[in-house]
Amino acid sequence: MLPVDSPEQVRARLEETGYLLDDGLAVACYLALRLHRPVFCEGDAGVGKTALASALAEALGAPLIRLQCHEGIDASQALYDWDFPRQLLHLRAAEAAGVKDADRLERELYDRRFLVARPLLRALQTQPSVLLVDEIDRADDEFEAFLLEVLSEFQVTIPELGTLRAEVPPVVVLTSNRTREVHDALKRRCLYHWFDHPGFARELAIVRRRLPEVSSRLAEQVTALVQALRAQDLLKPPGVAETLDWARALDALGANEVDAELAVATLGSVLKYREDTERARGLDFAAVLAGRGA
Amino acid sequence: MIGVTDTAAAGPPGADAALLGFARALRAAGVGASAERVHAFLRAVDALRPGVRDDVYWAGRLTLCGDRDDLERYERVFAAYFGTGEAPPRPVRTAPPPRLGLVVREAAVAARPDGPEDGPPQGPPAASLASSVEVLRHRDVAGLDPAERAQVRRLLAAFSLRGELRRTARRRPSRRGDVDPHRTVRELLRRGGEPALLRRHARAERPRRVVLLVDVSGSMAPYADALLRFAHAAARGRRTEVFTIGTRLTRVTRELSHRDPDLAMAAVAEAVPDWRGGTRLGELLREFLDRWGQRGMARGAVVVLLSDGWERGDPQLLAGQMRRLHRLAHRVVWANPRKARPGYAPLAAGMAAALPSVDAFVEGHSLASLEHLAAVVRGAESAPGTGGATPGRDVSAAAPASGDREPAPGTASVPAGARARPP
Repeated sequence: MLPVDSPEQVRARLEETGYLLDDGLAVACYLALRLHRPVFCEGDAGVGKTALASALAEALGAPLIRLQCHEGIDASQALYDWDFPRQLLHLRAAEAAGVKDADRLERELYDRRFLVARPLLRALQTQPSVLLVDEIDRADDEFEAFLLEVLSEFQVTIPELGTLRAEVPPVVVLTSNRTREVHDALKRRCLYHWFDHPGFARELAIVRRRLPEVSSRLAEQVTALVQALRAQDLLKPPGVAETLDWARALDALGANEVDAELAVATLGSVLKYREDTERARGLDFAAVLAGRGA
Repeated sequence: MIGVTDTAAAGPPGADAALLGFARALRAAGVGASAERVHAFLRAVDALRPGVRDDVYWAGRLTLCGDRDDLERYERVFAAYFGTGEAPPRPVRTAPPPRLGLVVREAAVAARPDGPEDGPPQGPPAASLASSVEVLRHRDVAGLDPAERAQVRRLLAAFSLRGELRRTARRRPSRRGDVDPHRTVRELLRRGGEPALLRRHARAERPRRVVLLVDVSGSMAPYADALLRFAHAAARGRRTEVFTIGTRLTRVTRELSHRDPDLAMAAVAEAVPDWRGGTRLGELLREFLDRWGQRGMARGAVVVLLSDGWERGDPQLLAGQMRRLHRLAHRVVWANPRKARPGYAPLAAGMAAALPSVDAFVEGHSLASLEHLAAVVRGAESAPGTGGATPGRDVSAAAPASGDREPAPGTASVPAGARARPP
């Protein structure tokens, strides 16, 4: 699907879309493309798990098909469903036209045009495509077993139609926030990648790339502050998404650089818990800024 | 040390053997590298550059690991097996450093190689465990003769623990409720469009998740075995999670999933490194909330702490974390085996600090009290008949502190049946 023959090429292609990645993730994406294995992404919220799928889709020039998991999700929401109203309408129309051939009518009833393709089936039918199964940990375990079948064979069996198989398997990205342990049977068919928070240099690069309008000094200061905040003992350490939010917020205030006072005033865009905000007030913002300042 | 580069040059069979040996070493260290994963590993290395250290590292990490807890072990075994070479590709920061680590088996840490150079591949740091004899000693249920103990175990195995029911977003076919257009139309279709019965559906109800935190520290030793067996019976439902707390937090849900109670107990004994240590309730509760609870495990759940509240650390921290837990969970239940003693008052600093955030404070010393606990978890009001105290009021009650002291070894026990229930 994509003429890549090394992880470096994958990385270069993804970086063109503005998604910066480390060695491990580059290897993971490369193997996913080569071996047709899903990538299982775990990590804190806001570290770029979901963004990976959109970046892959953009790099491959393929549509992104997203399946958002939730409690109680089942096959008719994830795979396919029959369009009852249309089937009914079809019967009525046939009746009005005086069609008497019952067998034919029945066969027509389970025709492809009455099939409503949900994300999984759509991903198998669209080539190439990137399938994002988001927050798999929110679905029930029954659904995992079902997903397993689809992802290992890249085919589904519809009793009325037969087996549909993807000629080119989609690139699959699964994400989990670890609210629940996902079953090992599913995990072992995937490439497992743990997303860490990026280091200073890479995070700065991400900010610069995503927000070119923000002054370079501000970007550097915000990144340093977020890195310092992450080292604190916080309930919810800020992710890259929060760094970007913060930089955007400060930029919207017309700031070209940030001082301790302004940082505290805008802390609400990074920290979302009262306890965290209080703990962060103990941090010496001025010292962090001075360390990264001049 | 096996040089990746050399073996690769020697041809595929040698390289594969080295990789297979590495997978075996990983398995010995406790990473569940199944045959299927190893197969994927070999294919992945094949797709990359087999002689290049970084590529082998990432291929293995992506295919052989399945959990964040695996990463640290992987790192260690990789360094031991392939040598530390030129600085490992990237230090894996598996967890924010200042926090407590999860179970790291002690002997495995001791086996960390200091001088990686030469010599045969360091025996993989085998996860070693306290010998089973020692573990048994630690968990001795004092005061019970073997027959009684067997009986208690049998009775414990029959327990079930279901969470309080809650309404879900899903609907199920039902006699009452709203009209279900899907099924009604299908029914119509089946009868050729003739008006038929209206089908209805209503919201389904599901039990809430139950999270058990079992204290296995020294002061709880006489009860630990019985409480873990209780947890085993409870964990048969799939919506129950079990952790042990002591000096470390260990998730034992998977170990307890063995059907056979004795096998499950042996698995837990192997997984838990801190039998009979001290208790750091506050820190471990924070660890639990950071790593599991806040991400969703405790949300809307019934959280049960089985502990005597004997806190070695700062009670203020425990109080703060309990408040946090209380905000997350649907209900917080504290079962304290010491509560049944005459003259008991929650004077232990930890217990006093925790009580304001506890919804139900119950006993946990006998089968009868565990039955009662199960009823409370199912949603019954706290403490009819078992002399339940209202949390909060007890804190101020002046009573002899002796009721809350650590027991002399061998005095406390898990009595058989309701026999030892206090009058």
